Amino acid sequence: MSALTEQLAVETVNLTKVYGQATVADRLNLHIAEGDIFGFLGPNGAGKTTTILMLLGLTEPTSGKAYVCGYDSTREPLQVKRITGYVPERVGFYEGLTAAYNLAYIARLNELPEKMVAQRVNEALEVVGLTDVAEKKVGEFSKGMKQRLAFADILVKKPRVAILDEPTAGIDPEGAGQILDLIADIARERKMTVVMSSHQLNHVERICDSVGILVNGRLVVEGTVSQLGKDALGGGQFKIEIKLTEITSDIVEAIQRIDGVINVERTVELLVISCSRDVRSQIARVVIEAGGLLVGMKIRSYALEDIYLKYFREA
Amino acid sequence: MKGLVTVFTKELTDYLLSWRGIILFAAVLLTTVFAVFGPSGALQNIRQALDTPTQYRVGEFVFLRLFTTSGQGAPSFLYFITMFLVPILGITLGFDAINNEQNNGTLGRLLSQPIYRDVVFNGKFLAGTVTIGIMLSTITLLISGLGLRIIGVPPSSEEAFRIFLFLVLGTLYGAFWLGLAMLFSVLLRRVATSALASIAVWVFFIFFMTMITGFIANTIAPVDAASSQQEVMRNLRIHVSAMRASPIGLFQEATTVLLVPGARTMGEYLQLQTASGALWMPGALPLGQTILTIWPHIVTLIATTAVLFVISYAKFMREEIRST
Repeated sequence: MSALTEQLAVETVNLTKVYGQATVADRLNLHIAEGDIFGFLGPNGAGKTTTILMLLGLTEPTSGKAYVCGYDSTREPLQVKRITGYVPERVGFYEGLTAAYNLAYIARLNELPEKMVAQRVNEALEVVGLTDVAEKKVGEFSKGMKQRLAFADILVKKPRVAILDEPTAGIDPEGAGQILDLIADIARERKMTVVMSSHQLNHVERICDSVGILVNGRLVVEGTVSQLGKDALGGGQFKIEIKLTEITSDIVEAIQRIDGVINVERTVELLVISCSRDVRSQIARVVIEAGGLLVGMKIRSYALEDIYLKYFREA
Repeated sequence: MKGLVTVFTKELTDYLLSWRGIILFAAVLLTTVFAVFGPSGALQNIRQALDTPTQYRVGEFVFLRLFTTSGQGAPSFLYFITMFLVPILGITLGFDAINNEQNNGTLGRLLSQPIYRDVVFNGKFLAGTVTIGIMLSTITLLISGLGLRIIGVPPSSEEAFRIFLFLVLGTLYGAFWLGLAMLFSVLLRRVATSALASIAVWVFFIFFMTMITGFIANTIAPVDAASSQQEVMRNLRIHVSAMRASPIGLFQEATTVLLVPGARTMGEYLQLQTASGALWMPGALPLGQTILTIWPHIVTLIATTAVLFVISYAKFMREEIRST
């Protein structure tokens, strides 16, 4: 009964790809829930693109399985492609044809009834803001426009899962921001699962619910951003850094006794406190009561960078 | 099936309406029309031949002469088609078919749609073949129409049928060159390299094949001034057989039999040369016999194309799709 509700949008079981001597993907076990925006993080050459191609059934895995909405990517690639929209890293269009024709071609290849093609194409172009240039040849488009056209591709198809390989690569920060917001809006509105690979942390952080970090073909960590953040910050939700004129063990012990403090780390001139809630006022009082002099105090919640650096260093 | 139709339609539109298609069509059109109707074209020679009917047996198949007669300065329509136009059409339509899509990143986008991978390849091949067919037919019909007005002799039904067969054969010949170019576009990643590779094969068959067949014949059966007639004939027969290894040689022989029913092909010519010394047969070859004669040529052409197609197909189906 619960099989449907529990079905994952993307699941891989020990997915492995070996090229000659190099293991590009090493026993990957991904679990992406339906409706999630998943950030697939990793440095260049970590195996992100290869994994994506295996999900789509465009590359055969050496061993292991990949499933998209329950369909086996190797055995039923056509089913997978029917419900998946894919934007490659270097997305290409037929430059001699108009934007509208490029989209209509995709619509027809997806066997959309001919009378619906024009309507669907116009809708998609409107969402990405390219209606004015619908009849222009794609060769005249800028990179940002082409990237937006690539999302129009997905809108035409209306897939259950969208797989975007480096959607913001090579685009200026403002354009990248627009594209990310567009992805997030569309995904939330249509309850579409998004798998987005990137090596840019801030882009992933901006829209993703969960992330997986891939280093040298191995998935070093996978989970929701908040959960991973807690792990990376020693279990706390917040990290408070305080600067004292002198650090004594009395003060450290006193701080550790505060309710909500999980861990206290001592560096040369700083105390780094992981805590589950904002305990700045308590810390200030405890420090003064213990006879310390407070020089500065900073609070920040976890950042993906912490997560990334933690696991990247470990790998 | 629906996917194939979609790819086919898109590629056909692309081939026919893109600048590439328009330039190709214009080039082919100008060359052939000029070869036939130009100031020193075939028409002059046809007129001349009609004045001396006995020499060339012009009473028969006058209409076909439009396509096979060469002019004062220009080769015949058939020569242009065989040597240059159809190979160029095939190569130009196919040399970047797959690798260009790969380099532009459209292949990944295309193959992530719910279609079988071979649909892309088959659709392109079919569209290219149909384009060649359309161009050849248009040109042939245009020349027929103009010729009809100028020489005033309508084609007999047999002539019309022979022209139709020529179109089929020409399209097959184009499919061979298209298949060759597409093979290189699958094997080689860079567009410029694949174009050069196809052109190299074409140049080889045009210029070097004759030298090589001559060399083979002279090595196996050397001839000199003192050679007997049998020896000379053996040499020539080897020469002719070796020429048939070239698609150009095959097509040339087949179309000659088809469009010049009164003339002997090289092989027959050789056997009868000593007996009568005549280039022309006492009577024209009937249509049935013509088809029987060129049947092996047609089959060989189809088989060679099929081999090229299968190799490209096998390679393409295993291809990694990444564009970076």
